Amino acid sequence: MATKFININLKIWRQKNANAKGSLESYKLDKVSTDSSFLEMLDQLNEQLINEQKESIAFDHDCREGICGMCSLYINGRAHGPDTGTTTCQLHMRKFNDGDTIYVEPWRSRAFPIIKDLVVDRSAFDRIQQAGGFVSVNTSGRTMDANAIPIPKADADKAFEAAACIGCGACVATCKNGSALLFVGAKVSQYALLPQGKVEAQERVVNMVRQMDEEGFGNCTNTGACEIECPKGISLENIARMNREFLFAAAKSE
Amino acid sequence: MALTGLFLCTFLVGHLAGNLQLVFSTGEEGKRAFNEYAYFMSHNPAIKLLSYVTYISILFHIVDGFMLTIQNKKARPVGYAYNKPGANSSIASRNMAVLGTLILVFLATHMANFWWKAKVSSEKFPLHTYTVYPPMAERPTEMYYTVKGDAIPKEGVIVKEGTKLFIDSKMFEQQIAVMKQMNPGQQLPDMSQMNKNPELGEGYKDLHSLVFAFFGHDKSKQGFPKNDMALAGLIFYVISMLVLGFHLWHGFSSAFQSLGVNHAAYTPWIKKIGYGFAILVPGLFALIPIVIFITK
Repeated sequence: MATKFININLKIWRQKNANAKGSLESYKLDKVSTDSSFLEMLDQLNEQLINEQKESIAFDHDCREGICGMCSLYINGRAHGPDTGTTTCQLHMRKFNDGDTIYVEPWRSRAFPIIKDLVVDRSAFDRIQQAGGFVSVNTSGRTMDANAIPIPKADADKAFEAAACIGCGACVATCKNGSALLFVGAKVSQYALLPQGKVEAQERVVNMVRQMDEEGFGNCTNTGACEIECPKGISLENIARMNREFLFAAAKSE
Repeated sequence: MALTGLFLCTFLVGHLAGNLQLVFSTGEEGKRAFNEYAYFMSHNPAIKLLSYVTYISILFHIVDGFMLTIQNKKARPVGYAYNKPGANSSIASRNMAVLGTLILVFLATHMANFWWKAKVSSEKFPLHTYTVYPPMAERPTEMYYTVKGDAIPKEGVIVKEGTKLFIDSKMFEQQIAVMKQMNPGQQLPDMSQMNKNPELGEGYKDLHSLVFAFFGHDKSKQGFPKNDMALAGLIFYVISMLVLGFHLWHGFSSAFQSLGVNHAAYTPWIKKIGYGFAILVPGLFALIPIVIFITK
């Protein structure tokens, strides 16, 4: 595909800090290569802003190859933009046309407060992980080889699919209820499916769900939006598994 | 939400089965069948228990629904300037609370129109009557149809406690007085020795006519005023069933997912059954008043 250059209009959320009142600002950016990624386009815009002696736009990014979970952005009404199964860094400008107006907004959730511009604080996810997203293993002395425990292939595959979650928060951002159930469902599932995770399975799901509620995420109404917007294709099956684990754990708890 | 929702789905099936009698059996036979069924539904202790479970389920479903919706709204205090929810979810799934509220409005009017009148209101509720044409009589006679299957002439009978049929003793005395005048010598029973208020039986509340009158039939002879708003009532009913259909379109399979039932082999079937349920049940519910209205 031959490289093309397009001129675009941008409407980007600018907010000085967590407490400031933000607003959508309009920008014009010319000569954007259709080969560039969405983040490279934002880099280009930032260079333009710096040359104009203006403050550059803050946005999250790290690996730029779709694996770290740092990039976010609500682009033209969809998490990670119009593509499915991709993160924002994997979105390319060839998906847009000359003269397009592109809306860029931060994730909107009470549990993800804005730090600056398009950067939100996703540490709520870290706290949910800390509440139960781990297995306790003996790491001193004679440790056991994890591969010594036989695991059915189907279970291993499902656990791996759940573990593909990069914690980007697109599920929360796209959910009309701001629910984090796909994230928590994936984190619960990746352990629940494996023998190593069975030991703490019961308290894990209860603790993670409790932390999730404390963080102020909404409730799941099964619209299925998260599954479609998830860059890693995490399935709703994980939410059902988490619900199942939770129901049994709640019924068994003393 | 899931448990109460699924229970209410079973309630819908039961309610629909009852309603279908309105159109599947016609004439006096059909009317009897329906009123007998209605009597059974309000007197059988097991059904009574079930009805309380239904009331509680409805209340819980409503309260829980409102509470969840409020929490969900709070989870996103600032919305998006540009949002395209249609790209990833169905309209029904995103509007369950709105659809549910509309169903609640329908439920309020529905219960006021039928449940309240038949079960709660202290106003006199017309009983099941039918007309017989005795071979030698000059005019047809109106009869009550009783719980025991007896036929009791309407004339000379008074109704107490809503459905209990008693001899109108005043009229009886008058008749005896007339007979005494006509045949002075005849031996007639001494009224003072008789039970002045013998109970003759229990009538059926005529819910069949209530429904038919509501949807446009002239049942003034049965004691129901003609409803001039029948068409408006019908349209509101049909629209409400459409709303219910959308609610079920998402709700049926969603309930299974919430309860943790998601399986590669079964979930596609649960979804298909849910879509079928969402079309069939409200569709048949809506068809009944349409049939009643066009046969008026």
